[in-house]
Amino acid sequence: MSSVYINGVSCISVQDTLAEDFFGQFKPENSVPIVKAIEPAYKEFIPAAMIRRMSKTVKMSSVASHYALKEAGIEKPDAIIVGTGMGCSQDSEKFLKNVIDNQEEFLTPTYFIQSTHNTVAGQIALALQCHAYNFTYVNTSSALEFSLLDAKLQLTDDEAENILVGSTDEQTERTMELYQLRHIIKKTEHFPVDFLTSTTKGVLWGEGSSFFVIGKNKTENSYAQIRDIQITNKLEQQETESFIEAFLVKNNFSLTDIDAVILGFSGDQESDTYYKTAINLFPESALLYYKHLSGEYNTASGFSTFMACHILKNQQIPEIMMINSIKKNAIKNVLLYNHLLGNDHSLVLLEKV
Amino acid sequence: MEDLKLELKHKIIEVLNLEDVAVEEIKDTDPLFGGGLGLDSIDALELIVLLDKDYGIKLADPKKGKEIFQSIDTMAKFIEENRTK
Amino acid sequence: MGHKIAITGMGIISSVGNNVEENFISLTTGRHGISEIQMFESRHAGHIKTGEIKQSNEELVQHLQLNEDNNVTRTSLLGMIAAKEAVENAGISDINAFRTGLISSTSVGGMDITEKYFYNYEDFPEKQKYIDAHDAGNSSLAIADYLGLKGMVSTISTACSSAANAIMMGAKLIKNGVLDRVIVGGTDSLSKFTLNGFNTLMILTDSYNTPFDQNRKGLNLGEAAAFLVLESDEVVKKEDKKVLAYLSGYGNANDAHHQTASSENGQGAYLAMQQALKVSGIDKEEINYINVHGTATPNNDLSEGIAMIRIFGEGNVPEFSSTKAFTGHTLAAAAGIEAVYSILAIQHGIIFPNLNFKTPMEEFNLVPVTELRKKNINHVLSNSFGFGGNCSTLIFSKP
Repeated sequence: MSSVYINGVSCISVQDTLAEDFFGQFKPENSVPIVKAIEPAYKEFIPAAMIRRMSKTVKMSSVASHYALKEAGIEKPDAIIVGTGMGCSQDSEKFLKNVIDNQEEFLTPTYFIQSTHNTVAGQIALALQCHAYNFTYVNTSSALEFSLLDAKLQLTDDEAENILVGSTDEQTERTMELYQLRHIIKKTEHFPVDFLTSTTKGVLWGEGSSFFVIGKNKTENSYAQIRDIQITNKLEQQETESFIEAFLVKNNFSLTDIDAVILGFSGDQESDTYYKTAINLFPESALLYYKHLSGEYNTASGFSTFMACHILKNQQIPEIMMINSIKKNAIKNVLLYNHLLGNDHSLVLLEKV
Repeated sequence: MEDLKLELKHKIIEVLNLEDVAVEEIKDTDPLFGGGLGLDSIDALELIVLLDKDYGIKLADPKKGKEIFQSIDTMAKFIEENRTK
Repeated sequence: MGHKIAITGMGIISSVGNNVEENFISLTTGRHGISEIQMFESRHAGHIKTGEIKQSNEELVQHLQLNEDNNVTRTSLLGMIAAKEAVENAGISDINAFRTGLISSTSVGGMDITEKYFYNYEDFPEKQKYIDAHDAGNSSLAIADYLGLKGMVSTISTACSSAANAIMMGAKLIKNGVLDRVIVGGTDSLSKFTLNGFNTLMILTDSYNTPFDQNRKGLNLGEAAAFLVLESDEVVKKEDKKVLAYLSGYGNANDAHHQTASSENGQGAYLAMQQALKVSGIDKEEINYINVHGTATPNNDLSEGIAMIRIFGEGNVPEFSSTKAFTGHTLAAAAGIEAVYSILAIQHGIIFPNLNFKTPMEEFNLVPVTELRKKNINHVLSNSFGFGGNCSTLIFSKP
């Protein structure tokens, strides 16, 4: 498969990733179970008549997509593809609450309409008056990766020149309570947590929105090339190595060719073992982690993909992300490996432009 | 009637989430739809529910909403004539 | 010219049948599945009819022989039944023998359970396992697990066009050599959440839906699941598979007009149909039957009718019918069940009737097929249009 290029990127997250100099300003999180995104002043980007109906995920996506398109110099993309795990959960919850509290009477449509998973992609199309291909993937953990794959196929098939791809997820209070009940989110007494050596179950939950413009051709601004993507629904522990190795071999890479590996350590003892296995494959590579910055959520890899782009462009790795202290002279490629509590494993191989 | 009109203005702002609009900005005869407020068909459905919930008026045909919701004046008049709450 | 993708298996469960055979019999005998709500509690029971599948979750679990400690929601249960039939129909004994994927779709996800316990899960510890099953992606993972599939699994959620998009994406993965075989389709169960949501939009009928009728009042919701098995030419040849039909064209476009309503001139629908025809390389005159989206809402049928006239020309719109009067509107599954019906139409040379139709719409001269009609069918065009302006069209062709 031939490469395609990431020509515009933007990220709203628990870190101040919209700021110019965010690279040096990271504040790691390891002391509370739930962390919230830093939000911009939406009024500057979205007319009041529209903001009034938008949930957090729609607002974040509006701004992030705006910046990504602007950076890539694209007004109307040839396709819009969005990935999300929980969709528009705030409005979904509001409508559900109304249904239950009012016993199915006196219900109004706004929250219901806004609750469909493809609201984000639909709203972006509406704002841009973009009639092109418009998809929403809602995989548990690989929604962004599948969106990138879809975009790549279209670009290499000459069905499009520039595609807007994004991922977004928001929190709701009640879902966070339920996740804590289920120990998907760690108990408070298990904090502070060391992500790399955690001995307890559960994760720290975040939220955010990341958008990318993927193009057939490179530009002056290009951040990275997408070489290949691999996704699988589940993996036995002992299959981890062959899963990663097969992917690299398919792309004519050996393990030692990889300069940097970004791993999705989440602090959940059981499922982090996959990443520990992966570490053993790359003794000569720079190893990174990120969920202590972004939190874990269904589309947390939006943050790592955003960071990988900056790392390749700036040829610098933020110290706060380093697992080991291997420093490469040049970072020619980055391998990203992620899953959510053992579901939906994905590998993405990015290269320097 | 004046009280009802003021009440309606407050409710519209609340129910339709018009955060930046002040009650004084909504004039009694201003067109609610196709005017400065930027209301659309989804808002019309919200107002239909408001008529039912707060004033006990059930509107079976949503298309009638167009006449009723022309302005605060027309809305207040319709409610006065038909309210059961 | 287009690149056709072989369809080698299909499976379905809906309010008119628990498998392909039963659905076919209902379609040919005019037996619809619109009835009173019985399987869940709602204030609207007795007022609004739906295309409900008269099997409880417990019965479905038994049928599937799942473990007692499962946390499978209704959407996933229906999906498992349909996906299993499709895989068996395709003669697949080892699902991982080739690079296989599953692309499912849903809008409801695990909501049928979530809405029962969301605010009081704390009081029901034995139900808390369902918290993990709420998100849409989980339903696909559950179906994949049931099939024993290990590979690329993805879930699409674009409202009522979802399954069409899943089918489209499956085709692209095979076309590009990423996968050899993909199981594609969608599933949605009924839920109080969805029923009330559609009710607030005032687009539900209090009677039986009448697609393309001047006096149409709205849709009946339904529940269903349907899957197709798409296979590459290499696998078809190697395994000597019987091809049921080909997916020869597809297109997706966005209306970009309003969140829930379609534009007056049906621009999204028009673009989707245009794209599908282009991809297929088939002349529009060769389309023998259109399975329309035809939800019987005032807005959809008008908009879709106008778009069809724009594509085919006044007086030249092919014979068409909406099968939603049989099954109700099954949301994410709709395009999946209608794909099965389109393939049945091709296989048996039959156009299924548009039930309940009485009066043509004033705006144009479009009359659907109202009785079972025998006709040689080479190419079927199937439309599915969803909220968020998401418009999709698929074209199926005789092998």
